[in-house]
Amino acid sequence: MTRRFFAILCLMASASLLLCAAASSRLDRVPARDHDRINPLATQPESVAAGSLVYRDHCAQCHRADAKGDGRKKPPLRSDHLKLATDGDLEWFLRQGDLAHGMPSWSSLPEAQRWQLITYLRSIQ
Amino acid sequence: MIQSFLQFLLPIAGLLPGLLLGVACIPVAQAQEKPYFVTYSHDLEEPGNLEIETKTALAQPGQSHRYGATATELEYGARAWWTTELYLDGQATAQDSTIFTGWRIENRFRPLMREHLINPVLYVEYENTSGADKTLLEVVGHDGQSDLAEPNGEARREHQHEAELKLILSSNLKAWNISENFISEKNLGHEPWEFGYAVGAARPLRTLGSGKPCVFCLEKFMAGAEAYGGLGDTFSLTMRDTSHYIAPIVGWQLPLGRLSFSTGFGLTSSSLDRVYRIGWAFELPQVGNWFHSRSGGAQ
Repeated sequence: MTRRFFAILCLMASASLLLCAAASSRLDRVPARDHDRINPLATQPESVAAGSLVYRDHCAQCHRADAKGDGRKKPPLRSDHLKLATDGDLEWFLRQGDLAHGMPSWSSLPEAQRWQLITYLRSIQ
Repeated sequence: MIQSFLQFLLPIAGLLPGLLLGVACIPVAQAQEKPYFVTYSHDLEEPGNLEIETKTALAQPGQSHRYGATATELEYGARAWWTTELYLDGQATAQDSTIFTGWRIENRFRPLMREHLINPVLYVEYENTSGADKTLLEVVGHDGQSDLAEPNGEARREHQHEAELKLILSSNLKAWNISENFISEKNLGHEPWEFGYAVGAARPLRTLGSGKPCVFCLEKFMAGAEAYGGLGDTFSLTMRDTSHYIAPIVGWQLPLGRLSFSTGFGLTSSSLDRVYRIGWAFELPQVGNWFHSRSGGAQ
């Protein structure tokens, strides 16, 4: 009985590890040239304000106005994942989305507005 | 034509204050879709959002009366890669009647989960409309202005049960969206396959966000053009007697929705001389969550 319990525990732990690996690997898959890209609008003073408007119009409906997510499927955007990611990683992720997991592609937003959004996200970490 | 346009708009204008008041009372999101009327891009509805859109076409076929036809569209983002829609169509013809002309159900799927240079979307639609439908949401086969000139009493007797397939190819390049649609439509009552196309290109007038809430900022406007027309059918795969249009388009993102305008110019003798179009869309965010909250689910 104990052996079966440990086997189930091991299976669950493995599954959790796999899920975590899968979750973190979305940003790990960023191509090197995108990973190294630098936000050209990071130092522009109006970028944070402009990015906050982009956030309000397009992101807040899922990730909430305070960027803390909905506690279920929509993750918080104040997180270590975001802190560790480069601006290039975030731009790539916004452009690509993650359709299989519910995140739309925002390639239809002009690239300049994606960079402004990233500047805003940096400012609230 | 301008007079007829205003005559059609007058009753709508009467309803506008009530509509705006209603919309102002509910949270509204901003869609990322393009202001095309016929062409589809690869923008799908955000998952959980419901977009309500009306597309109105105003025209006057030669030797017939002017008309206004409206398609009301309920578009729901079922998944990030799947959008499903219901259309309800109707039209009013001067010196004739105002009638409901049918409904359509469509689904759009993105088969590739990544963004590519060219992004395919598969479109599947079932239409249950009458011959009096004049919304011109697509032009296929040998569709022409003579089809739109029949009196409503006669045209509505014809029932169209049609399946429509589209291959949508779309790219976002340097703030431009460029979309191409290949359309095939089959009347399920032993009619041939009909073919058509739609292509469009549009971009915002300014790509950089201005950093202050505004209504008239250039980044709130999109401009572009679309072209669409028929390519014959399997019985007669020829461009003869087909209709083709080219239409400049303008979209304006307002706090409570998106307004779009277009004037289509007919390019062949089968085409309508001009088609004026007006679109209004607003999006209700995360509609699915409303039901979760009411049933005691997580907020």
